[in-house]
Amino acid sequence: MRFEGKVWKFGKDIDTDLIIPARYLNTSDPAELAKHCMEDADKEFVNKISGGDIIVADKNFGCGSSREHAPIAIKAAGISCVVAKSFARIFYRNSINIGLPIFESPEAAEAIQEGDTLVVDANTGVIKNLTRGEEYVAAPFPEFMQNLIAKGGLINYVREKVKDNA
Amino acid sequence: MGMTLAEKILAAHAGKDKVVPGELINSKLDAVLANDITAPVAIKEFAKIGVEKVFDKDRVILVPDHFTPNKDIQSAEQSKMVREFARKQELTQYFEVGRMGIEHVLLHEQGLVLPGDVIIGADSHTCTYGALGAFATGVGSTDLAAGMALGETWFKVPESMKFVYNGELSKWVGGKDLILYTIGDIGVDGALYRAMEFTGEAIRNLSMDGRFSMSNMAIEAGGKCGLIEADEKTIAYVESRAKRPYKVYQSDADAQYVEVREYDVSKIELQVAFPHLPENTRGVSEAGHVQIDQVIIGSCTNGRIEDLRIAAEILQGKTVHPYVRTIVIPGSQQVWLQAVKEGLMEIFINANVAVSTPTCGPCLGGHMGILAAGERAVATTNRNFVGRMGHPESEVYLAGPAVAAASAITGRIVGPEGVL
Repeated sequence: MRFEGKVWKFGKDIDTDLIIPARYLNTSDPAELAKHCMEDADKEFVNKISGGDIIVADKNFGCGSSREHAPIAIKAAGISCVVAKSFARIFYRNSINIGLPIFESPEAAEAIQEGDTLVVDANTGVIKNLTRGEEYVAAPFPEFMQNLIAKGGLINYVREKVKDNA
Repeated sequence: MGMTLAEKILAAHAGKDKVVPGELINSKLDAVLANDITAPVAIKEFAKIGVEKVFDKDRVILVPDHFTPNKDIQSAEQSKMVREFARKQELTQYFEVGRMGIEHVLLHEQGLVLPGDVIIGADSHTCTYGALGAFATGVGSTDLAAGMALGETWFKVPESMKFVYNGELSKWVGGKDLILYTIGDIGVDGALYRAMEFTGEAIRNLSMDGRFSMSNMAIEAGGKCGLIEADEKTIAYVESRAKRPYKVYQSDADAQYVEVREYDVSKIELQVAFPHLPENTRGVSEAGHVQIDQVIIGSCTNGRIEDLRIAAEILQGKTVHPYVRTIVIPGSQQVWLQAVKEGLMEIFINANVAVSTPTCGPCLGGHMGILAAGERAVATTNRNFVGRMGHPESEVYLAGPAVAAASAITGRIVGPEGVL
């Protein structure tokens, strides 16, 4: 998988309330959630982005609540992937489970600026910055998680496991 | 080389003699938990797995507590979905309005989580049960769905980080202040991916309610869990509640910690976390002049009887500031009843305080005390993120019940010395 898109840059400790405020959690419909993605961080965010764009953030992206609605909102808004210095633990698991590609790279998060165009290779973790002519490498996923991703997420993995046990 | 408390519990649940940090394991689950916001997503994912029944109808716990009693039609639809699933699955641990409490006040009160357990909950504050010496951690809805089907989940064994609290606490200073101080020290990702372990004389002397407040906010430092070894206080707490056997684990003397931090608690004063991160802490004496519009006393952090007792002690014979809406939210029906028996409700009503039925409500900006633009609240809750309690231009100051009650009286952030 390969993602090409324009960068929207955010700072450190972007919490799940910024990604999707709880006032919108009376639904879990991805299309509804997408309308309010990043609303309290940037009110115009969903109007500015184009499909395939990439979020780049500083450390601890997705901290706070366990709401899976956060990665769902980002994915449904059309963001192709998120690159950050680090991710909060639950957000990290949720992203893998629902199929939002995420890449941990302090070097990339530092160097990339808003408006840059990136090409991210999900298989190698190589992030090319077309605007700056630079290249960064994201930490690879552990083998178990690569397996989860390859199977198309946790539910597919569990479905197979349940079948094997039957 | 020995194992930490977290490693021992995980090893036992993975059927292994030993686990080491970084190792990926499959762990048996003693209980799985979800609420009215996270369960609907989990129920939809569960339906895709291809099993008819949950792994154990007594160990799947559903507590509609966030937007309940339902605040609007959409919330009612979400709760309905949870209710119907509970009935269809014949879950024995579904807590309807009137019987429910805030999940992380309710579960240990009901004896549903016990020392030595491994528990996942589709709510980040599931780490609260670490105070019982259980490995309890928050997950998302899809992980929860898998847990409901399998009764097991995968974990990366976390590195452990030890916090030693020495000395004696000053008057009014409690578990909330210790954890806020700690988060102020290490930052909101200071324990990212790690198991936090709270130990020392001050922890041993802390009440169970104080310990729950501490473990509750481990997630606010990025922690995977916030563990406290079970001791005689823990056993006394769970003995009358437990309906199944449990096991007490202790860290080995030669267990490996990635980091150890020591604090002299006698030097820690009442804490306040300023907007918009729980790490922005300072002593209440350094709060300056911050005028407030609302006070919330409740939540899974500080909605227990001890918190209400502290608030009542300060509010007794006084009235809150005329411009400060003050709302007390007992964390469970039992806490409510106990507060009635002890006469605390009379104190609150006479102090012009509103008392709500248990709900997460305002803590996450759901209902029951939403802030308008420019308004400020002191809350005994756990997060002060932008927009957390309402308008994105409102502000939340986190504190324990003593500061919250005192501030309600004066209309600005103060400690109890300012009002007694």
